[in-house]
Amino acid sequence: MNPFSSGTRLRDMIRSIRACKTAAEERGVVRKECADIRASINENDPHDRHRNLAKLMFIHMLGYPTHFGQMECLKLIASPGFPEKRIGYLGLMLLLDERQEVLMLVTNSLKQDLNHTNQYVVGLALCALGNICSAEMARDLAPEVERLIQFRDPNIRKKAALCSTRIVRKVPDLAENFVNAASSLLKEKHHGVLITGVQLCYELCTINDEALEFFRKKCTEGLIKTLRDITNSSYQPEYDVAGITDPFLHIRLLKLLRVLGHGDADASDLMTDILAQVATKTESNKNAGNAVLYECVETIMAIEDTSSLRVLAINILGRFLSNRDNNIRYVALNMLMKAIAFDDQAVQRHRVTILECVKDPDASIRKRALELVSLLVNENNVKQLTKELIDYLEISDEDFKEDLSAKICSIVEKFSPEKLWYIDQMLKVLSEAGKFVKDDVWHALIVVISNASDLHGYTVRALYKAVLTYSEQETLVRVAIWCIGEYGDLLVNNVGMLGIEDPITVTECDAVDVIEDAITRHNSDMTTKAMALVALLKLSSRFPSTSERIKDIIVKQKGSLLLEMQQRAIEFNSIVDRHKNIRSSLVERMPVLDEATFNVRRAGSLPASVSTMAKPSVSIPNGVAAAPVVDLLDLDSDDILAPPSSSGADFLQDLLGVDLGSSSAQSGATQAPKAGTDLLMDILSIGTPSPAQNSTSSIDLLSTADVNSNPSFALETLSSPAPPHIATTASAGGMFDLLDGLSPSPSKEATNGPAYPPIVAYESSSLKIEFSFSKTPGNPQTTNVQATFINLSPNTFTDFVFQAAVPKFLQLHLDPASSNTLQASGNITQNLRVTNSQHGKKSLVMRMRIGYKVNGKDVLEEGQINNFPRGL
Amino acid sequence: MCGKLMSLEMGRPNYALEIATHNDFGCMNIHFVLLVSRQGKVRLTKWYSPYTQKERSKVIRELSGVILNRGPKLCNFIEWRGYKVVYKRYASLYFCMCIDEADNELEVLEIIHHYVEILDRYFGSVCELDLIFNFHKAYYILDELLIAGELQESSKKIVARIISAQDQLVEAAKEEASSISNIIAQATK
Repeated sequence: MNPFSSGTRLRDMIRSIRACKTAAEERGVVRKECADIRASINENDPHDRHRNLAKLMFIHMLGYPTHFGQMECLKLIASPGFPEKRIGYLGLMLLLDERQEVLMLVTNSLKQDLNHTNQYVVGLALCALGNICSAEMARDLAPEVERLIQFRDPNIRKKAALCSTRIVRKVPDLAENFVNAASSLLKEKHHGVLITGVQLCYELCTINDEALEFFRKKCTEGLIKTLRDITNSSYQPEYDVAGITDPFLHIRLLKLLRVLGHGDADASDLMTDILAQVATKTESNKNAGNAVLYECVETIMAIEDTSSLRVLAINILGRFLSNRDNNIRYVALNMLMKAIAFDDQAVQRHRVTILECVKDPDASIRKRALELVSLLVNENNVKQLTKELIDYLEISDEDFKEDLSAKICSIVEKFSPEKLWYIDQMLKVLSEAGKFVKDDVWHALIVVISNASDLHGYTVRALYKAVLTYSEQETLVRVAIWCIGEYGDLLVNNVGMLGIEDPITVTECDAVDVIEDAITRHNSDMTTKAMALVALLKLSSRFPSTSERIKDIIVKQKGSLLLEMQQRAIEFNSIVDRHKNIRSSLVERMPVLDEATFNVRRAGSLPASVSTMAKPSVSIPNGVAAAPVVDLLDLDSDDILAPPSSSGADFLQDLLGVDLGSSSAQSGATQAPKAGTDLLMDILSIGTPSPAQNSTSSIDLLSTADVNSNPSFALETLSSPAPPHIATTASAGGMFDLLDGLSPSPSKEATNGPAYPPIVAYESSSLKIEFSFSKTPGNPQTTNVQATFINLSPNTFTDFVFQAAVPKFLQLHLDPASSNTLQASGNITQNLRVTNSQHGKKSLVMRMRIGYKVNGKDVLEEGQINNFPRGL
Repeated sequence: MCGKLMSLEMGRPNYALEIATHNDFGCMNIHFVLLVSRQGKVRLTKWYSPYTQKERSKVIRELSGVILNRGPKLCNFIEWRGYKVVYKRYASLYFCMCIDEADNELEVLEIIHHYVEILDRYFGSVCELDLIFNFHKAYYILDELLIAGELQESSKKIVARIISAQDQLVEAAKEEASSISNIIAQATK
């Protein structure tokens, strides 16, 4: 021992850390210890290494950085003694993971230790390799591990088997090398070796179809025999758990039989008897027995049809479901979800019990049960189940309401037999849990209401009544405001009464009260307030008697601290004040919203520009009202500031994103030739509330034109709804100017920018990535990169995902790839746009990661690209 | 290199980074083992799937928050980020293991119990303090029980035997070292 090292013993350090009363005190102790350890590392004294690393591991566990100790692990592993190696490997597994490059340095030590004469050293190396090896190490060390599967000592054989499972997971190509060794393990008597051997076979079967075929032919019968022996074996104290002999081995055997039986009638047939025996004979009063039963049921449901067994399995699940143990009920719910696939009726029989589980105090069980209920719903029971769920919604925990209401909404939307029922149920949900309902749900409700013209009166009255009681439910208030704004006249005059309704008397004043309430309530958010203003504007024309009062409310909002509110108030005030003659046409009822378009948009399956271009008749209503209607649609104008590429934005916003573009373009166009009247300008400007929006919308316009690469088409659709005041030719000229100036033209690009040679950005044994570059003229900072992914392997890659990261001085935008499936020796392309804020000073760098599936197995490749041409 | 990884493609959610290798076949694979005390102190962590240091502390924070707040008598499973965490409380310690959705939760409970029994035999009615001061021993035992997130031994006796054989190797090496240093000390006297 070095007498000058001031280090304390591990035990003392733990004690002093535990004695700390505050986090700051603990940090102080740790800092001091870390400083000592660093000093000791610098002295490079081999005697302290052991202790330093042990301390570092403890410190690491507390969550402090310990990277400076990584090299110490490697030194300890490289030293000859067993105690050093033992702690060294432990440190390696704790402080490092497969992504650290330091790990590569250990490959050589591992190789030596795998060939060590002491079997415990071999065991340490196998354990470390099995826990943290990377794909490269797996490739390098696979032959050693393969050899060790045949080692004389069972302790090493089982470790080598599990190590192999990790290796084939990392590098699936190596699977075939292990097939023979794995099958030899299945004949073992030693439970540990057998368990790990079965696990390795399972892994190989899921990775490699040939291996699956091999094991199915050669090993099915042997495995069945092993399972039978173990099931029928007499009491073995060493392996007994609650009366079951080695449940772990049971479970692994059942699991392997599952993959062997799946999709193969002959193999399934062979195992019928033993599965029936396990299913009937296993004790189910302890957890271990239930774990085996669970696995057995899972196997029965996965193998080819043997209906008598399935009845048995469903019965077991029924028993599980009525068990008092929450764990058992949880797994029962889980398994019943799978059982629905082949026996819906049997599961339906348990519906009442499952519904009870939705009301369980345990969140995990509730969640499972709710999932299951939503699978049980069909046209016949939807009304009854929905009623049950909505009744429960009233009394459920606050934190469960979000999940529950989302599920109810999706059930109602999917199975609703008629619109009236749909609207009724949604109103109930909004009343009970309106603050948890997602935007797209209430947007969808508005679309449905708008389409159900015979129910407008009924809906607006029902909403009016609901909002009086549940005024704190934000989304309910929003829908109510929208409907009152649109259909206020139906509310007051009791138009379109349905037989089921009681007549109510609502005066014009009452209706305005509701909206004024929403504006003045302090906890309304801006969207609600903005919607309320729009509704007021509409009512001012529908209820002339309240016009003055509405004007007062609007004027008050002129002083709002929210810019959006202030602006709307000023604009609406000027409409009310100065443009009475056109007001009534401005605030006409909304045209019916197109359900199909909304659903498409909601699913987010189409890029914004395409769908709106395809359905201009929907997005741009006719006549003078064009711009204001656009604005009235603008429920979420604050969200529009988000870049238009944020897909998944809802229908209403998208409508707007593009519509704003068209209106601003029109205004721009009319400005140039001075064709439009001032009045029109005024109206149009309403559609473009803020400069920021203006700019995004013009980008949007541009991209629309780009997509079509045919300006005249864009022009046609954009100018067709233009008000007759504008001379079409004039605006057309303007449009051309606009587009010409902004859209990139490829011919210029070729002559202007210097050419950059394409590069090979990445190449591995299975994948090659090439980048080709181009610049947009007038924008030297931005580089357009076309990435081409070439599959060099004979396999098809599915779920192909390319991710990239860049340092802060760069900005990266990725377009969707041309496909996510990469055929064997095929290629796909993806466009990237990189903006270099340090253009001319720094060149591009990029780190990337590619994920895909080969034969259903995930593969991950990573790399850094440094070979970009200079000057990009 | 700094900067955020971003990805905007093909409808696949961007949590790929938080979640490590995901096995589609739902084979038994424990992603990590976590021991947390009732006070929320970490007593042992073992990661079988790659997580960065940042992700690790996030996972620990999130999970201990959820698990410590669950009442008694509730089921021992929680659903978390598309995975399942099976936990069981022994005295002041929570043993947690994270598995795939499709895995057998009941078996994991047995594995946890198996581990606890082995610890108990090794330390002789184990308590939290044993695991604090001998945390490395707890790791050694875990390494004899699990490799690559898979179970390697179902016999408690065999695990105990292998551990004590290795402990003896360490003791022997220590004795040898001290006797050598004694000899050196005497020789230099």
